[in-house]
Amino acid sequence: MKRQFALLGFMGQGGALSKIHELIREMPVSRVMTVSPFTLPPDATMMELKGLLQTHRISGVPVVRDNKLVGVISIEDLIHALEEQRLDEPLAEFMTSEGLITAHAQEPVMEALRRFESTGIGRMPVLDARDILVGIVTRGDITLALLGALQDLYSEAEAIGDRPQHFFAALESENTSLQLRYHVEKDDFAHGGDASAKIKRALLRIGASPQLARRVSIAAYEAEINLIIHTEAGGLILADVQPGEITIVAQDAGPGIADVDLARRPGYSTATPEIREMGFGAGMGLTNMERCADEINMWSALGVGTRLQMRFKVSPEEVITD
Amino acid sequence: MKVCDIVERLGWQVLAGGSYTQNDVNGGYAADLLSCVMAGAETGDLWITLQTHANIVAVASLLGIAAIVVAENATVPEPTLAKAEQQEIAIVSSGAPVYETVAALVALGI
Repeated sequence: MKRQFALLGFMGQGGALSKIHELIREMPVSRVMTVSPFTLPPDATMMELKGLLQTHRISGVPVVRDNKLVGVISIEDLIHALEEQRLDEPLAEFMTSEGLITAHAQEPVMEALRRFESTGIGRMPVLDARDILVGIVTRGDITLALLGALQDLYSEAEAIGDRPQHFFAALESENTSLQLRYHVEKDDFAHGGDASAKIKRALLRIGASPQLARRVSIAAYEAEINLIIHTEAGGLILADVQPGEITIVAQDAGPGIADVDLARRPGYSTATPEIREMGFGAGMGLTNMERCADEINMWSALGVGTRLQMRFKVSPEEVITD
Repeated sequence: MKVCDIVERLGWQVLAGGSYTQNDVNGGYAADLLSCVMAGAETGDLWITLQTHANIVAVASLLGIAAIVVAENATVPEPTLAKAEQQEIAIVSSGAPVYETVAALVALGI
């Protein structure tokens, strides 16, 4: 049950954010690093280094002996050698071999990022569990990868947020529906129409055309007002949304309708004078519902209650697709 | 023509939802029985009425009414005005009876 709600919650902002945290926490350096970087042995000359840096337009390389990292050498070191005209000498003379700052292939990128922050360096050799050089990572590699992941995440969240029918399509069941439920209090005119307004907004949000949202919410409104005016203790409105059909049910626990056919006659109303003064009680509520819905079923028994069911078939023109 | 244009041309008064008077007006509907309005008013209509209770805002919002026009200088109670602001519906007062209000709109071409 908890997992279901977590998935529904994902449609909102909260879910997306925690996914990002997870992503950042778990993404290993190996996913963002440059694999098999250029390297040189310590006995290569500074001249060879110059050639490598120039040809590939990079600013430094790890120095490796027998696949093990023994140092790093950069453009600064090359400039040093140039100044002293010592280009024939081996890298070992100029490279940094002490206090090498590295990253591990399996560590989270956030750890590596922290190390970049605290040391101020631009790139780190990446070692695997056996201290073998497997790649090189820059600060930029990490930021780019995170941005890319964020992009994917946002388009995924956007897709689900704006079109839960894609979300539904991914769920396997013989029949999946979205249910919205509302309690309606007797005589609660101040909130009259609130449930219908929420149903309308929800429908628009999941891709209903303005026409569909309008006819469903008009019918829902009439049912909602009836619960407010005519019941003993209010009632319940339930909106059941499936891809091809929407059902609105309004039910209460009393007083029940003596003659349903009479109630459905245009112009017939049992509203009191006070109610009529507010503009209600025209006796057109059920008629309006019949006009808006494709099918109406009504069950009622005196002393028991009433159940009104309205079905709206959704035609392809009533669905907004991109 | 927008709601604000009509308000200006006819010298009407905005009672609530002044920030929401940019809606285009397609036509008009005059009635006080809410179910009739539900049945007959179209999206973008001006709704001319003497009803002033808070529920008129719900009706206007559900139908996509351009603005509620209260006629006869009827007093609109505070809960209605507050709900209008909250639901982003403009309520304007024509200061005239319904007949004259409608006539003025027709003369404008609504």
